[in-house]
Amino acid sequence: MRIGIDVGGTNTDAVLMDGERVVAAVKRSTTRDVTGGIVAALEGLRDQLLHDRPGAGSPRAAGGTDTATLSDVNAVMIGTTHFINALVEADRLAPTAAVRLGLPATSALPPFVDWPDALVEAVSGRGYLCHGGHEFDGRLISELDPDELRRTADDIRARGIRSVAVSSVFSPVNIEFEERAAEILAAELPGVPISLSHEIGRIGLLERENATIVNAALRELATGIVDGLAGAMAGLGITAPLYLSQNDGTLMDLEFARRYPVATFASGPTNSMRGAAALSGIGTCAVVDIGGTTSDIGILSGGFPREATTEVTVAGIRTNFRMPDVLSIGLGGGSRIHPDHGVGPDSVGYRLPEQALVFGGSTLTATDIAVAAGRAEIGDPSLVAHLDRSMVQAVLKRIADEVAEAVERMRTSPEPLPVVAVGGGSILLPDELPGCGTLHRPGNHSVANAIGAAIAQIGGEVDRIYTVAPGRRETVLDEARQEAVDRAIAGGAQPGSVRIVEFDEIPVPYLPGDATRIRVKAVGDLAIKELSTKGTGHA
Amino acid sequence: MREIGLDDLADIATGAAILGTGGGGDPYIGRLMARAALRENGPVKLTPLAELPDDAVVLPVASMGAPTVMVEKLPAADELSNAVEALCGYLGRRPTHLACAEAGGVNSLIPVAAAARTGLPLIDADGMGRAFPELQMFVPGLYGVKASPMAMSDDKGNRAVIHTVDNHWTERLARAATVEMGGSSTTALYAMTGRQAREYMVPGTLSLCAELGALVERHRTTGDTAEAVAERLGGRVLFTGKVLDVERRTVGGFARGTARLTDGSAELRLSFQNEHLLAELDGVPVATTPDLICVLDQQTGVPVTTEGTRYGQRVTVLVAPCDPRWHTPEGLALVGPRYFGYDLDPVTT
Repeated sequence: MRIGIDVGGTNTDAVLMDGERVVAAVKRSTTRDVTGGIVAALEGLRDQLLHDRPGAGSPRAAGGTDTATLSDVNAVMIGTTHFINALVEADRLAPTAAVRLGLPATSALPPFVDWPDALVEAVSGRGYLCHGGHEFDGRLISELDPDELRRTADDIRARGIRSVAVSSVFSPVNIEFEERAAEILAAELPGVPISLSHEIGRIGLLERENATIVNAALRELATGIVDGLAGAMAGLGITAPLYLSQNDGTLMDLEFARRYPVATFASGPTNSMRGAAALSGIGTCAVVDIGGTTSDIGILSGGFPREATTEVTVAGIRTNFRMPDVLSIGLGGGSRIHPDHGVGPDSVGYRLPEQALVFGGSTLTATDIAVAAGRAEIGDPSLVAHLDRSMVQAVLKRIADEVAEAVERMRTSPEPLPVVAVGGGSILLPDELPGCGTLHRPGNHSVANAIGAAIAQIGGEVDRIYTVAPGRRETVLDEARQEAVDRAIAGGAQPGSVRIVEFDEIPVPYLPGDATRIRVKAVGDLAIKELSTKGTGHA
Repeated sequence: MREIGLDDLADIATGAAILGTGGGGDPYIGRLMARAALRENGPVKLTPLAELPDDAVVLPVASMGAPTVMVEKLPAADELSNAVEALCGYLGRRPTHLACAEAGGVNSLIPVAAAARTGLPLIDADGMGRAFPELQMFVPGLYGVKASPMAMSDDKGNRAVIHTVDNHWTERLARAATVEMGGSSTTALYAMTGRQAREYMVPGTLSLCAELGALVERHRTTGDTAEAVAERLGGRVLFTGKVLDVERRTVGGFARGTARLTDGSAELRLSFQNEHLLAELDGVPVATTPDLICVLDQQTGVPVTTEGTRYGQRVTVLVAPCDPRWHTPEGLALVGPRYFGYDLDPVTT
């Protein structure tokens, strides 16, 4: 059995799953320290299990086979907003140095060049330009200079900087200089964590370097949070290994989480989409998650979210780490309805229970329209009985059309694509979405995120520019695929279960014909020791 | 517009992406370089073509190479001035003004950075009136202004001066040197007198970029940006519809491809090689290079690059007349449909 936990801005949800089956699910308020909300949610799960035991009157426990306790859990998966919130709030960030290897190139735009001033200050940001770096075809820009790096380390130490980000030009093509620089810096700066850009981002120096600096600034916090979570689990008698969800829907263990906190940034929307897919049994689909203010639309392919191909700006910092491609439109259960039948983008938000007509308020919202049309029973339906039928129908059509158009914008081919709707606002949608066919509405969708965390797998990835010599194409492609598979296994995947889920081969323009960027992603099931609950004598 | 300050850069970048007609490279790096240079050196003075004295020495500057390299191996701080210095040394004269070689994409802002760094004024003009992929595609070149001698510089401090027999040779040798320099270089070329610049350069294109950018910003929520842009450029909206299909391949180092659009009844086919070059409505050519075929997001009016075009986008396509000199036989030989391998006569917008 597994526990999946999703820490959102408002709620912390937890589910206990036995294979594909949801055994227990709870929702608790997110606490300021985050760990408190997680503990409360886990205690909620434990209480549900206690009530399910024989004698507690639960019909499901009558069979007597699943009288589980938290100590029977094999793995705990957490999707959390701790780290992205710390960045957005510029809170608890470590003083960080960015060491860039690339001189004499790149000096026109030093590290931190396009950062908001407040964040540069929050990380006491200091950039160092050093020699090193590679060309696109693997030639050197210049040799690494160990003495220069030692002098840089002296300055870092003298300034009391506690975390270092290293980026080297074209390190996605050749990782050598970043690794050598890390060795030299580590020897000079014992105890200072070092983050390497080739492990975090892809081609695009500034964006990759930015993501690496953000990661470096979060590493002290990561250690604190990871230790806190592990302690909280132990306090509840949970001895199972703990994992955190990453942006791409795969897992990382705690050791990895200490080193790559930035990889958790977009786990919320990813888990929501993957949970929706698992609940509906559809792995390739569009997922529409309708909340109070916005609707988020994403595309799943083979159970994994399609990633954005463009740069993503987080807290005003441009980065290029992998984020799911999500289109948000200003349409939700709390959207205001305008006289011309327009819906949103303004919303009453969390004030819905006071301001909507069905709750005795005076604002006409999308929820009121859904209730008036008989799609949901919320509040007092008699308070919207007076609404003009044709107006109600017109607004509903408008909502369906807007969502259908957003789905249409996200599609990448004219092939039919099933649509799965989740979230409280999904009552706004009809059973048939224009141009999209039947809408799938899985049960348990209010905890889709936590389910997405619980079902996560282990991934391995390669993204590099290769110079492909004539006749060597197949060999190069095979090597790239094998490397991705090896990385997944090294990350903890069961060797037999690993498969390639994404493969891209992109020729690079304006360069001699054989430069090709190859991207491969492999995933496999988490190799966990399944504890047998039968025949061990404790039942 | 008499000077370019920090607040103008965003608008110029957007306008340059429109005149880039889908290509020209991401203006982000150019914008950062211009911003860094303006922060250090203050605003750049912009000289209208009409005010340029006969004996001015005008020097266009531009980046050359692969956009993928430019976003990874960023330029060295002195790379821009090195190219200018190298050419000055060879010519034995110093420029009085810098200029943009092209108005589209990254190369609309690199010269702003160069002007701020060298303290020279920039002329409000460029040599194409849009973006094109090769350096011989330059209006003053039609009237005998030579790209040669051309200076190049790289991140390492290497400088090269190429002295060639014609502009095609300049392109060939410079392209090869750029690959050796690691896939990107900074260039200074087409040195000309103030009088030549006045007569041959395409006037007013930097202020046009700024104006177009401001227009997009103003119309962001009104949904009629394409009409406003078309009107400003003296063109017309060709088509509004949804992208049905995009096909890409790389041929001879250039990203070629087609995009099919539909509005429910008619179909528009766009052919591109970095830039949009041909639009066919239900099989009939309705716009061709050298005129500007611009694709804007239907809702926000933000220009869509050929690289960023994908299935399901709702876009508006407009065509605008290029500088009329491109429609002469000499101009069409350089940038007409046949040069790019499309066997048809140019359509006049």
